[in-house]
Amino acid sequence: MKKNRLLPYILPLMAIPALVISIASKNPTPADGAGLTLPSGFEANIVADNLGNARHIAITKQGDIYVKLNRAKNGKGILYLHQTGDKATVVSGFGNYPGTGMYIKDSYLYASSNEDVYRYKLNDKGEVINPNEPERIVVGLLNRREHESKSVVLDNNGNIYVNVGAYSNSCQEKDRQKGSMGRKGCPILDSAGGIWEFKADKLDQHYGDGIHYAKGLRNVVGLDWNQQDNQLFVMQHGRDQLHDLFPDLYTTQQSAIEPAECLYALKEGDNAGWPYIYYDQEKHEKILAPEYGGDGKKTAGEGTIDPVATFPGHLAPDGLLFYTGNQFPERYKNGAFIAFHGSWNRAPEPQAGYFVVFQPFKDGKPDGKWEVFADGFAGTQAQKESGNAVHRPCGLAQGPDGSLYVTDDNKGTIYKISYKK
Amino acid sequence: MKFIKSAAILLVLVIACNSLKAQVRHSSKSTKSHLALSIANGKLVYTQNCASCHQVDGHGVQNMNPPLIQTSYVLGDKVKLIKIVLNGFNEDVEINGNTYSNTMASHDFLKDQEIADVLTYIRHSFGNKASAVSVAMVKSVRATKK
Repeated sequence: MKKNRLLPYILPLMAIPALVISIASKNPTPADGAGLTLPSGFEANIVADNLGNARHIAITKQGDIYVKLNRAKNGKGILYLHQTGDKATVVSGFGNYPGTGMYIKDSYLYASSNEDVYRYKLNDKGEVINPNEPERIVVGLLNRREHESKSVVLDNNGNIYVNVGAYSNSCQEKDRQKGSMGRKGCPILDSAGGIWEFKADKLDQHYGDGIHYAKGLRNVVGLDWNQQDNQLFVMQHGRDQLHDLFPDLYTTQQSAIEPAECLYALKEGDNAGWPYIYYDQEKHEKILAPEYGGDGKKTAGEGTIDPVATFPGHLAPDGLLFYTGNQFPERYKNGAFIAFHGSWNRAPEPQAGYFVVFQPFKDGKPDGKWEVFADGFAGTQAQKESGNAVHRPCGLAQGPDGSLYVTDDNKGTIYKISYKK
Repeated sequence: MKFIKSAAILLVLVIACNSLKAQVRHSSKSTKSHLALSIANGKLVYTQNCASCHQVDGHGVQNMNPPLIQTSYVLGDKVKLIKIVLNGFNEDVEINGNTYSNTMASHDFLKDQEIADVLTYIRHSFGNKASAVSVAMVKSVRATKK
């Protein structure tokens, strides 16, 4: 009964994301050759296609492309593409392992499998010198299938940050079991559900050699180092299935929009609170998880950090990039692009996401509301709403000329977005 | 020789009669509406318990939740299929070169009738066409589970 009384208040709030989306994309250019809608003055090109499950991507100073495949294709888990104009062709492949992480820093290419992190020395042309002899710098991270990807990013002091996703939705006694309660003192948090820091140049580091940098992060795929703040920012994938698991506490509509997908600015020792709390994107409060005695209203999470920006639930942020280029208009500088892979557990409500969002920043902090930057990856409205998206945005990278690259891990497309005035 | 011949005729007759009987049973109104009812009820069970992962149209989710369309898991051995619902599933599934990694929780809280209905529904939906799953079969699989 109580829920029904709340509904008139909740319904208008639910329209907010839709409203924002329609406002944000008021000036889109009509679908261009790449099939995307973009703010006016921007143009998208497909630089490569049908590469496989293209996850994260790194661009060399020369404008050539390294892309990590989630499943090795013909024994190649990393592809190297040479770019001429707006087209790129595959030159070679190496690294026979699956995975997500791909990052370039100071003449090294960093790549992750779902357990280990490797690096490859680049020559002054941006080419990998010994593709078959990488240095294995981190070994033996937990992979229990769920949330298995290990994204990587480096700071400016020779440290690499690696996410280890929790192999669980909400640390229930029985994962994703209706009504199953949370495990006391969630044991997953010892070795997963957080960020670990390692040395970028030291071989075969195990958990014990690194620093357990941040805790209570359910799963992170998109992460980046903010150069203005000299700080790590991560996008958390919020928990799934509030209604499925606790149907008496949450309607399907509430479950479709909650909890928020959160952007966190991290410092060493931070705890974001998973699995005990989640962040309500409408109340802007940390709510006690139903697995730990919550009723959808009780707040909790003392000592845990707040997000610096929030986004609608289940959109699955897989790529984060702070834009430092000079090509795009000034307002984009030092702001965050976020690639949303698109939702699945909003059903029976329509699925959403499958776009790249821009979050404006000022002085190293989010400033104002996010806006849809690039949309149309999914295809038709029906393909989007049913979750049958044709393309799904995943990785982001910035080219030497300031263009933005977006990967799609469904069809293996790489998009290049440029500002043409 | 004569014996074998008459035995063969008898066998043919028995089979013919049986299939006739089966046909009659199949085309009888009550069976048809029984199947339709099972599918209709199964759809409700599906929407409540399955659709959020496997999606309304059964296509599942890339890398995470396997599709229910034209796979041997759904169209093949019914006992195995019933066991997936009762016990859950926590292994990598490979279908058409793609793997799916999310844990499926046990759904043994569903009643025998609900499991029979929902499996009958998925075996008759999303372009699938396979025989119904009976309550008796679910009951016997549940009994042997322990």
